[in-house]
Amino acid sequence: MPDIISIIAAKYNYWMFIILMMIGLYAMIAKNNLVKKVVGMSIFQTAIILFYVSIGAKKGATIPILEHAHSEHANAAGSHIIQSADYVNPLPHVLMLTAIVVCVATLGVAFALLIRVYKRYHTLEEDEILAQIREK
Amino acid sequence: MNQQLPAILIIAPLLSALIINISGWVNKKLCFPIAVAGLGLASWASVNLLLRVLDEGVVLYRLGGWDPPMGIAYYVDHLNGLVLTVVSIVALLNLIANKKTIEQDFPEKTGPFYTLYVLMVTGLLGIVATGDAFNLYVLLEIAALTGYGLLAMGEDRAPLATLNYLYMGTIGACFYLLGVGYLYIVTGSLNMVDIAGILPALYQSKAVLAAFMICMIGVWLKMAFFPLHAWLPNAYTYAPSAASSLIAPLVTKVMIYVMIRLILTVFTPEYVFSTLTVSEPIVWLATIAIVMGSIFALSERNLKKMLTYVIIAEVGYMVGGAWLGNRTGMTGAILHIVNDSLMTLCVFLVAGNIVYKVKGYAFKDLKGLFRTMPFTMGAFVIGALSIIGVPPTCGFFSKWYLISGAIQAGHYGFMVALLFSSLVNVVLFFRVIEIAYYEPFAEGHGHNVLPEPMAEAPLMMLVPLLIVAASLIVVGVYTGDIVNYIIQFAIPKEIV
Amino acid sequence: METITSIKPFLAVLISLAVTPVLVSSRAPNVREAWTFVAAAAKFLIVLSMLPTILQGTEIVYTVAEFLPGAAIKFRVDALGMLFALVSSFLWIITSAYSIGYMRGLKEHSQTRYFCFFALALSATIGVAFSANLLTLYLFYELLSLSTYPLVTHHQDKEARSSGRKYLLYIVGGSIAFALPAMLISYNLAGTLEFSKYGFLAGTGSRTIMAVLLLMFIFGFTKSAIMPFHSWLPAAMVAPTPVSALLHAVAVVKVGVFSIVRVLIGVFGVNLLLDLHLGTIVCYIAAFTVITASLMALSQDGLKRRLAFSTIGQLSYIILGVALLSPKGMIGGMTHIAMHAFGKVTLFFCAGAIFVATGKKNISEMVGIGKRMPVTMTAFFIGSLSVIGLPPGGGFISKWYLVLGTLQADNWPMLVVLLGSSLLNAAYFLPIVYRAFFCTPEENMFDNRVEEAPIWCVVPLVLTSLGSIGLFFYPQPFLRLAGMMIN
Repeated sequence: MPDIISIIAAKYNYWMFIILMMIGLYAMIAKNNLVKKVVGMSIFQTAIILFYVSIGAKKGATIPILEHAHSEHANAAGSHIIQSADYVNPLPHVLMLTAIVVCVATLGVAFALLIRVYKRYHTLEEDEILAQIREK
Repeated sequence: MNQQLPAILIIAPLLSALIINISGWVNKKLCFPIAVAGLGLASWASVNLLLRVLDEGVVLYRLGGWDPPMGIAYYVDHLNGLVLTVVSIVALLNLIANKKTIEQDFPEKTGPFYTLYVLMVTGLLGIVATGDAFNLYVLLEIAALTGYGLLAMGEDRAPLATLNYLYMGTIGACFYLLGVGYLYIVTGSLNMVDIAGILPALYQSKAVLAAFMICMIGVWLKMAFFPLHAWLPNAYTYAPSAASSLIAPLVTKVMIYVMIRLILTVFTPEYVFSTLTVSEPIVWLATIAIVMGSIFALSERNLKKMLTYVIIAEVGYMVGGAWLGNRTGMTGAILHIVNDSLMTLCVFLVAGNIVYKVKGYAFKDLKGLFRTMPFTMGAFVIGALSIIGVPPTCGFFSKWYLISGAIQAGHYGFMVALLFSSLVNVVLFFRVIEIAYYEPFAEGHGHNVLPEPMAEAPLMMLVPLLIVAASLIVVGVYTGDIVNYIIQFAIPKEIV
Repeated sequence: METITSIKPFLAVLISLAVTPVLVSSRAPNVREAWTFVAAAAKFLIVLSMLPTILQGTEIVYTVAEFLPGAAIKFRVDALGMLFALVSSFLWIITSAYSIGYMRGLKEHSQTRYFCFFALALSATIGVAFSANLLTLYLFYELLSLSTYPLVTHHQDKEARSSGRKYLLYIVGGSIAFALPAMLISYNLAGTLEFSKYGFLAGTGSRTIMAVLLLMFIFGFTKSAIMPFHSWLPAAMVAPTPVSALLHAVAVVKVGVFSIVRVLIGVFGVNLLLDLHLGTIVCYIAAFTVITASLMALSQDGLKRRLAFSTIGQLSYIILGVALLSPKGMIGGMTHIAMHAFGKVTLFFCAGAIFVATGKKNISEMVGIGKRMPVTMTAFFIGSLSVIGLPPGGGFISKWYLVLGTLQADNWPMLVVLLGSSLLNAAYFLPIVYRAFFCTPEENMFDNRVEEAPIWCVVPLVLTSLGSIGLFFYPQPFLRLAGMMIN
């Protein structure tokens, strides 16, 4: 019993992101309203982004920005000796900046499509749209 | 210049997309030449890259001069050299063939349409050329988003169909991203070759298994592998002709390339076929995909929708062939990437020609087309023969390898599915040919029926179509050379 | 066995392919027909020019291209191929003449398309005849199926559509479902597809696998009209008669049996078949077809349909002969390719001539027609003698060898089958001739003036019937060529 709790507790970030992902997937599949589906998709993508960011986190580390990089503490060449364990891994953050942009762009395209769909069918509920298509 | 080819490959279309967008406001007539120039440059670069690979071996290009694993590397070997050439040439031919259609369908939106078109090709070329797993995700989404834009410009049900595609496609891409995340956790690198070097020590790890399966599921979603295929028929059917004849031949095949790249380079064959034991169920899934795709195609009364189900069956061919685990099957899958792109382009261009002249693509619109559009239908016959698998068209030869691979692996279910699919294709395509050939019925022996005047598609649409149809036979004839000089080296020696 | 390399086989195949663009672009029908004759004559002459070399025992090879690593498109002219090619190319010349008379007599539409696809079909036939390996054979086999489809469905009406569908399903479906996997499995077992003197499958698999492969090949080459995959042939009679004549009595169906004979001799090999006792299976399948087809022919009223069922039976004689695996039987089977071709083509020409001259298609309507068209019906008589196997028809020679072959193989059931089916053949042919010539004035449906079909129709059928008689007296070189295959 204590083992399971310690496993869950040690990897609590992964569990949270899985739960978020499932919420997003559920919204995409089960919800009728197209906007809610888009929101679900957004939650799903955000969960993955958070997952990546959490990979780089370290205990007691700070943000990966060098202070006083050009101050008198530096040696002549301008480089610093740093302990990597002091700083959070910046690479996942960088990757996720790109991913966030992609997610935002996807949201934009999705909303544009939603507007087209609304103009055509005058509703955003999936079952009503399918009914309209079937009776045509 | 020769050294910068991989960069030119991506930058030329990217820049031309920007210029097209601007010139679309200024003068619409400039868009087409600039697009042709951009894609032409990309084709030239990809052909030269392939020749360079044949001479020197693998071409490694470090973007910005940064060394991997920090920097992003473009990694061109025999496998993607071949696919790059196919993608760029197919895109170029399709662009030329569809100039008239675009002018007819989108008189005010020519600029944006060409922009999206060229951007999509950029994305696809990047997916094929890149050697970095995360860069692949980015380019995947570039291609996907521009694809959504292109597909949604069709009539009526297109926006809804594209929205469904958007949902499924985004899930697929996110799964892939998640898989790459797992890989990053265990290896600390994003470069494909680098990951492949670090992974062997970790083959027993559950994280690697999870990474592999999640990546696979993501890619399967994007390539419409049964049962994750539901988005494809609607999305491709209602799209405008120019968009569907670009996307249908290319997107699914590029995803198959990604899958093969993951199998062969990232997670080496030793892991995929020896350590994992999922090959058998996946080949059975592919078998079911082929059978279901063929059966669904039979029930359609609409030319474009029937062709989309044929695409789903073809995806089954390639996935099954790759997962058979032997050299012949893998050769068949890679060869089929090339062949299927050409065959699908041929039949979709035919559909585009028919829509341009007849304004419809249901079966009832196809009557008497052999009289009014003989060259288009001639090209359709050649494309149909290739999809059925009749020599000397290229489709026969990739079927040869796939069936031989199935026999060698002892997987007779897959072989029967391939033969079944060929037979169903005979019925599917000859149904269409019958309608175009016989109807409206001639009285008696047709003695006193005047022949209808020929109302063929314009030359600009016809010539690329005929070039593609001829290439089906030429590529078929040169199969031996393609296999011996290119594909043979694309498959690592471990696969027997 | 020496071999020399020469481009002649490839040229023979290409001649009619090359003439197709010329045919398409010809404005005047006479120019078009002239080019057809030129092509047919050229093809026959090229084939003939290779005959002396073959008769000396040398074979001619030519490799076109290596489409697949390990399997090339390759031609090899040997005795059997030469036999078949001679028959087909010679009869093409005569059929072209007949086509002119027939198509112009009926003022048919789309004649250019007809002549073009005819040329393509002959190209494919010669390709099959000269194939050196299974891949080449399969390629030309499929090309033949496709190029004959527009010929069979020439009339483009409802009947043509349903017959065309049957044609496709049986022929293309059969080859894809059975012949293609059989070819690939053989390639997998043996590593090669080249026809060799003793077969290449020897020792590569168990008896069961060999038996299964044999059945797949036999039922895969559905052009041979072996039962139960025979019903495409009567259905294909909706085609214009010259098409029926050449293609279904000579080219298409003969390609089917030729392929089976090639597979039996070149893929499996006589020794393997003898060792595994596989010849018997084939004999019984062929015998079943012979008897059933002859019986069904008796009940047909349509003349062309009766001829179609007769063809189905006669084709299985060829397979039966080779499957006996005795030298005389095999010679008889292979010679029958030539004998039956001349006889059957005469019969179809007559049927077409009758249709052009009187519009009649059914036998019951042809009482007394001998008085109206004496030349035609005499030729019909000679042709039927050849098919039944009575002198002076050439078919007597091949039937004689077949009977001797059954005795050589100690196969009494097959002897009974042969003799019984010959009786049946007589039963369904001779009454037609009798009633055409000998009938009371009341039964006579025609007045007694002599009015033959146009000259372009009559001359060819006279020529082929004379050819039938000629083959009786001079069965060389066919007999010699067949004999060379046995050694």
